[in-house]
Amino acid sequence: MTPKFIQKLARNGIAWLLSLVTFLPLYLIIVNSLKDQMGASSMSIALPKALHWSNYAIVVEQGKLLQSFLNSLLYAVGSTVLGIALAAIAAYIFARNQSRLNRFMYFFVILGIAMPINFVTLTKVMQFTHLINTQLGMVILLAVMSIPFSVFLIYGFVGSVPRELDEAGIVDGCSPLRLFYSIVAPLLTPVIVTVGILNFMGAWNDFVLPLYYLNDSNMWPMTLAVYNFFGRFSVNWNLVSADIVLTTLPVIIIYLLGQKYIISGMTSGSVKG
Amino acid sequence: MRNKIYPFYFALGTVGVYFIFFVVPGLMGFYYSLTDWNSYSDTITFIGLDNFKTLFSSGENYVSYIINTLNFTASTVILKTAIGLLFALILNEGIKLKGFHRVMIFMPSIVPMLVVGLIFKSILNPATGLLNEALRWMGLDFMAQKWLVDANWAFKSIIGVDTWKGAGYIMIILLAGLQSISRSYYEAAEIDGANSWHKFKYVTLPLLMPALVVTTVLNLLHGLKVFEAVYVLTNGGPGYATDVLYTAIFKEFSMGRYGVGTALSSLLFLFMTIVGYFVIRLMAREEGRDQ
Repeated sequence: MTPKFIQKLARNGIAWLLSLVTFLPLYLIIVNSLKDQMGASSMSIALPKALHWSNYAIVVEQGKLLQSFLNSLLYAVGSTVLGIALAAIAAYIFARNQSRLNRFMYFFVILGIAMPINFVTLTKVMQFTHLINTQLGMVILLAVMSIPFSVFLIYGFVGSVPRELDEAGIVDGCSPLRLFYSIVAPLLTPVIVTVGILNFMGAWNDFVLPLYYLNDSNMWPMTLAVYNFFGRFSVNWNLVSADIVLTTLPVIIIYLLGQKYIISGMTSGSVKG
Repeated sequence: MRNKIYPFYFALGTVGVYFIFFVVPGLMGFYYSLTDWNSYSDTITFIGLDNFKTLFSSGENYVSYIINTLNFTASTVILKTAIGLLFALILNEGIKLKGFHRVMIFMPSIVPMLVVGLIFKSILNPATGLLNEALRWMGLDFMAQKWLVDANWAFKSIIGVDTWKGAGYIMIILLAGLQSISRSYYEAAEIDGANSWHKFKYVTLPLLMPALVVTTVLNLLHGLKVFEAVYVLTNGGPGYATDVLYTAIFKEFSMGRYGVGTALSSLLFLFMTIVGYFVIRLMAREEGRDQ
């Protein structure tokens, strides 16, 4: 038993303890989602005596979850695709053509990482553009909110794509637009995957924009639906837990599948909260 | 030539929508905060600085919302940095199943804040919550509190929950920073007779500074914009004890008092845009150096 060994043991012990502390709340939700109402009322860490899968069926039906799931999917996919399309082309132009104007525009756009949104006056803009209380409006808003950080991440990556490829493309007679989408864009795939996953999760997790701009419960995403469900069923923690599991599961699955991209994206740019 | 291959107007669509939905509301805010805009009447009249007088008058709670926001920001910056740094140092070497722990510790930062809030509403329940149950089980009954109900504890609890969610993320960034420090610095320091504290102070800390700046900025921006954590856990209660700027803005918005809401929003906008200006300039420059 050398001191080095003990130290190593202690380090590993702390690592396990930390993992446990971060996992415990999630574990709590999973086990309680399978208990009956009585069993879940104290939200203990005990395993369920019998597995009540019916909780999930009840939640899907009572909480109109299928509708909310499709809404969330629409907002997350729509805003991710639109946001990336907008961010990629702008980041490409800013990085390749560093004129005074473009450098200013780049700075102006990434200033949005820090700028807070004025939700009150944004209502006026949404009314003016007839996008308030519409699904298209939600897609556009989520896409626009993702632009500053996406531009920042993609801009950094464009620099690593050799310019010689552009020149070869031009010699072969590519138009500027074709040069972007058939030569440069494919090479941006790694950063686009990262940005895509981050934006998808950001849009899926968003709660504030629908809270302000969607009155119609048929348009609500999962997050708003689960909050409303909690308001109605706050005594039935088994149901609330099941609802939380269903809301969080897609994010966790994407995280486990793409964790390399997510962690590298969030730590290399490391500007998004 | 460059303008021909990479025409600036390709970026105009992006800058355009960003301007309309992001910048315009911010700028409009300055005008509307000088009006009596509300949901009860269709006419909007110019009333000068009256909204700001309301915000800073002694009969109202708005100043306490600003103080709470700053308190939350400062507390989470310090806590997350301290905890993140401490654990990053401990876990830097000699850990088995590194990938597994990294995935676990990062997990809370990808779960929606709303969900985290709901889970902790149950954990922090005074009667049945896991935290008080655990404290009682350990015989520490005196430490059991009415976490989210007691005005002395509610705000601290919110800070605690947000730290639980965010500290792992900060730790991962700092861990990446630590791993990029070359071993040779430590070997050189050892030859010069440095002890662990000296190594930390003269090698680790200076070389970790860029990562620490990034995490501080990150926590700062996150803290000033806090909304969901407060909204879900206490909704500003008990009374107005835990209200922050964004929850206050939402309340004004729900009550239809748009003028006052906009005035609050504009204060935040002005402050954060000025802070952001310097931060982003720094970021843009750091990036230029890398290339």
